[in-house]
Amino acid sequence: MSNIPEDLHYAATHEWVKVDENGIATVGVSDHAQEALGDIVFVELPEPGAEIEARAEVAVVESVKAASDLYSPASGEITEVNEALIDNPQLVNSAPYDDGWIYRMTITDERDLNELLSAEAYADHCVDE
Amino acid sequence: MGQRTSLHDRHVAAGAKMVDFAGWDMPLHYGSQIGEHHQVRRDAGVFDVSHMTVIDVRGGDAAGWLRYLLANDVARLEAPGKAQYSLLLNHRGGVVDDLIVYRVAAGYRLVTNCATRRKVLIWLARNSPGYNVQVEERSHVAMLAVHGPNSITLACGALPGDCAGEVRQLGNFGALEHEGWLVARTGYTGELGIEVMLPGESAGELWGKLLAGGVKPVGLGARDTLRLEAGMNLYGQDMDENTSPLAANLGWAVSWRDQDREFIGREAVQRQRESREQDGGAVLAGLVLEARGVLRNGQQVQTDQGAGVITSGSFSPTLKQSIALARIPWGSQSCQVELRGAMAPLKIVKPGFVRFGKRIFE
Repeated sequence: MSNIPEDLHYAATHEWVKVDENGIATVGVSDHAQEALGDIVFVELPEPGAEIEARAEVAVVESVKAASDLYSPASGEITEVNEALIDNPQLVNSAPYDDGWIYRMTITDERDLNELLSAEAYADHCVDE
Repeated sequence: MGQRTSLHDRHVAAGAKMVDFAGWDMPLHYGSQIGEHHQVRRDAGVFDVSHMTVIDVRGGDAAGWLRYLLANDVARLEAPGKAQYSLLLNHRGGVVDDLIVYRVAAGYRLVTNCATRRKVLIWLARNSPGYNVQVEERSHVAMLAVHGPNSITLACGALPGDCAGEVRQLGNFGALEHEGWLVARTGYTGELGIEVMLPGESAGELWGKLLAGGVKPVGLGARDTLRLEAGMNLYGQDMDENTSPLAANLGWAVSWRDQDREFIGREAVQRQRESREQDGGAVLAGLVLEARGVLRNGQQVQTDQGAGVITSGSFSPTLKQSIALARIPWGSQSCQVELRGAMAPLKIVKPGFVRFGKRIFE
């Protein structure tokens, strides 16, 4: 059974989001997703400063097995990307909720977060899939 | 639930992610495919390859039959204790399967692919009338492959004591029999190593001793990236019944040494050779992607001589870049592939990227 922290929001497409006290959201892929992908060998990061729409392709995670698009869980502006992933993409495997985060963004409309799943709902979603 | 090898419970106990492979429950990895890949390149790993099909051939016509059936010539196996890579061809000169044939005291042993098992058994049966041969599948034989720079040293510590000395003396493609076991210097990784065929009921004990001695279990995921780095073909991807061995970098496995030898596919491959003198035909080449990204099976590539297709593409953990085998027009000098909307250049090399832990192309 994969690890699904209680305090995060999840997209059905397996991204997680954590919003800090300043309204900055950190986005990554879930433990379930990294496990299904297998060893990750490249992460194509977005450009800081880019404006993105909710549910638009924002990054690509390539594993030994397949390339997988990452969809932005909310609309907003990219503020920071995890450059450690350029040399060490396997951080996504080893620490998907921590050192393996992918990018940070401001959120234009907080209502986007209401569209996301709770940990419990996401766990059900992973079982059903 | 699929078929299980005699080591199934040990895989689960070692934390394997089990997947279906041609009807078998097999370990894909035990945590990290890339970690297991490096383990084989740098130290020693063990693969359970008991899903492979093991077929014994006995009888007075065994040699003559195999000289007719196989593209390589078993007459080159001068004595028991020798092995050879070979092909089963059809009459159109396509590849029915690739295999290793071992000459053993009682006759010959063939190790063919798992996914082709039924087809191969039918092919052998269909082509045996008129020959005094007994063809018998050995489904209770387990097979462990131990590979890596330290594999022989570590494996010898786990093998029955009275055969370890002889195993150390084996040359490449050498084999020895020991009380129902067959130990051979063959493999699919481009590293030093042995394959051990033994009764299924003995496999657990050998597995346990190997792991206790420091050999780590390696799954099918790393087996695929290791063989791709070594430039070795995978049946069903890099060649099949519609592929000439000449278009699959396998011309070396068709023996023309005895000009009088009749073998299935001979005339067709002869014709393929003649027509290739005219137009070159397609070749199986190695490709290296210098940019970030991963080449994938089935992707189209463009060369200066026309279109080609990637037959096996993946990420090379040793080189930390993507490599592939691709069927491209003969004489291609340059090659590119579309990656996320842009064309990326590919370096064309001979198939074979890594040997004994080191990069082998310029």
